[in-house]
Amino acid sequence: MFPEVLEFHVAGYVNDFINWLLHSFSGGFDSISASISYVLMAIGSGLSAIPWWGYILFVGVLAWVVNKKISSAVFLALMPMIIGMFGLWDLAIDTLAVIITAVFLSLFMGIPTGILMAQIDRARSIMTPILDGMQTMPSFVYLIPAMMFFGLGKVPAVFATLIYSMPPVIRLTNLGIRQVPKATQEAALAYGATKWQLLKEVRIPLAMPNIMAGINQTTMMALAMVVVCSMIGARGLGQEVLLSINRIDVGHGFESGFSIVILAIVIDRITQGFARRWEPNKR
Amino acid sequence: MVEAIEIRDLWKVYTKNDQDIDVEDQDLVTSLDKSEEAVVAVRGVSLTVNPGEVFVVMGLSGSGKSTLIRCILRLIEPTSGSINVFGEDVTALDEKGLTEFRREKTAMVFQHYGLLPHRTVLENVSFGLKLKGVLLKERLERSKVALELVGLSKWENYYPSSLSGGMRQRVGIARAIVMNSPILLMDEPFSGLDPLIRREMQDELIRLQEDMHKTIFFVTHDLDEAMRLGDRMAVMKNGKIVQMGAPGEILANPADDYVARFVQDKRKQLQMADGDNSKKISLITDNSSKETGSEKKGMIGNVS
Repeated sequence: MFPEVLEFHVAGYVNDFINWLLHSFSGGFDSISASISYVLMAIGSGLSAIPWWGYILFVGVLAWVVNKKISSAVFLALMPMIIGMFGLWDLAIDTLAVIITAVFLSLFMGIPTGILMAQIDRARSIMTPILDGMQTMPSFVYLIPAMMFFGLGKVPAVFATLIYSMPPVIRLTNLGIRQVPKATQEAALAYGATKWQLLKEVRIPLAMPNIMAGINQTTMMALAMVVVCSMIGARGLGQEVLLSINRIDVGHGFESGFSIVILAIVIDRITQGFARRWEPNKR
Repeated sequence: MVEAIEIRDLWKVYTKNDQDIDVEDQDLVTSLDKSEEAVVAVRGVSLTVNPGEVFVVMGLSGSGKSTLIRCILRLIEPTSGSINVFGEDVTALDEKGLTEFRREKTAMVFQHYGLLPHRTVLENVSFGLKLKGVLLKERLERSKVALELVGLSKWENYYPSSLSGGMRQRVGIARAIVMNSPILLMDEPFSGLDPLIRREMQDELIRLQEDMHKTIFFVTHDLDEAMRLGDRMAVMKNGKIVQMGAPGEILANPADDYVARFVQDKRKQLQMADGDNSKKISLITDNSSKETGSEKKGMIGNVS
C-alpha cells in the first residue's frame, strides 16, 4: 500500500483552473464554437445538397483523374453505393461533414505551423514536444476538454478530431521543407532569391510530396476519431457502431463499421493519388 | 581599368558557433588549426580577375576553392577580407543590395546542377529572370534563345529528371547565360560528367566564351581542364594560393613540390605525346603569354 500521508491531489486545482478558464473566457469559447459550427453547417448543408449519384460520379471522376485506370475508378465509385444499400447514407454524410471540417481546419492551421517550424529552429524546438504530447495522448483524453469547453454534439467532435489529426501534417510539412536539398536552395539564392521567393518557389514546391502525405495522414487520423467522437454525441456512423456495441448487435455493428472502412478506403485512395502526382519523377 | 573581381586578404574560418575570429592573431590561427573546434578553409587569399578573362582556381578537394567561389557572392560569409566586383565592395552590401548584386552582376553554375525538379527545362532556365521579375513573355523568349545556344531547344518541355548529366549541366549553363550578367562563376561544373562529355562541354564553353566575353571564375580539381580553359590560373592548397600565373608557366616552372606533383603527369603526357618535351611546353608558354600580356609577371611565384 502506498502511504496515505503522501497522497496529493491536483484534481481540485485542475477543476478550478478549467472553471476559471470557462468563466473568464466564455466569450472566447463561444465564438470559437460559433465559428466551428458555422463552417460545419456550411459544409454540412453543401454536402447534403448533393444527390447520392453526385457522389458516385464525383468519386469515379476523381479516381480516374488521379489513377487513370477505369477499373479502379469504377471500383471506388461503386463502394459508396454499399453505404447507401445499408441504409446509412445520411449518417455517412454527417460523418463526412465532421471529417471534412476537422481536416480543413487542421490543414488551415497545420501547414503554416509546419512552415514556421521549418523556417525557425526555435519554433521547432518549442513545437516538437507539444506534437509528441499530442500524438502520444490517447485520443479519448481529447474528449474531456472538448466536452467541457464546447458541450456535447458535433462542435466538440470537430475540436477533438482537429487536435488529434493535426500533428502529421505539421510534422510532414516541417520534414519536407527541411529535406529540400541544400544544393537546390543554394542555386536559388545564388540567382538572387529573397527569403520569401526561396520559400515560395523552391522549398514549398519541393516539399509538396511530403506535405501531401501529411494531408493524407491527417485525413486518416480524422477518420479514426469517428467512433471515439460518437461518445460525446456526434451523430454519424460512429454513433451507430457505439449503439451496436451497447445493444450487442453484431450485424448492425458490422454494417456501420464497414461503412467507415469504405469511407476510409475511398478518401485514402484519392488523396494518395493526388500525393503521387507531386512526385518529381513524372514523365 | 577596374578589375572584374578583386579579392584582398580573404579569410574564412568555420567555427562551431560562428564566433568572430581575429585572423591577424597568428597564435589564434595556429591554435585553431590544431583544434577540432574550427576549420580554416580560406587563409589570406588575394587575387584579381581582369574583365573578359577565364580565371581558373585549381586545387584538391578540401583546398578551400569551393568556399572561395561562394564567398564572392556571399553564399558563404567570409570571416574577414574584402571582395570588390567592378569596384563595388560586396562584403559591405546589406541584404537587399546583395540580392540585387546576385541578380545583376553574377550567375553561377554548380557541380550538382541545382535544378528544380518540378519545373521544365525552359522554366528552369528562366528561373533567375523570374526572380528578377522579368515578364513571362520576355523571359520565355530569352530562355529559348539561351537553350538554343546550348543545343537543347528540343528539350524545353522535359523535366530535368529525364535528362542526362551532361544535358542537365547544359541547362545549368543556359540558366546562367540567360541572366546576361558580366560574371560567370563556375564551381566544378564538369566534374560529375564522364570524360568524353566533359571534353565536349569544355569545347562548348570555349565556343560560348568566344561570343560572350564574360569574366569567368572557374573552379576545378582537374589540371587538364584548367589548362584548356584558363587564361590564368591559381593553385590552391590548404586554403592558400601557392602559385598563380598562366597555365603554361605553372606547367613549366612549378613553384613548389606540391604544384610539381600536380603537373608532373601532365608533363609526362606531353613528353610521351611527341617526344620533344621542351618544345611543346615552350609552345604552351608562348600561347598563354600572348593572351595575358604583361601583367602576368607579377603573378608568378608564391603569393601567400
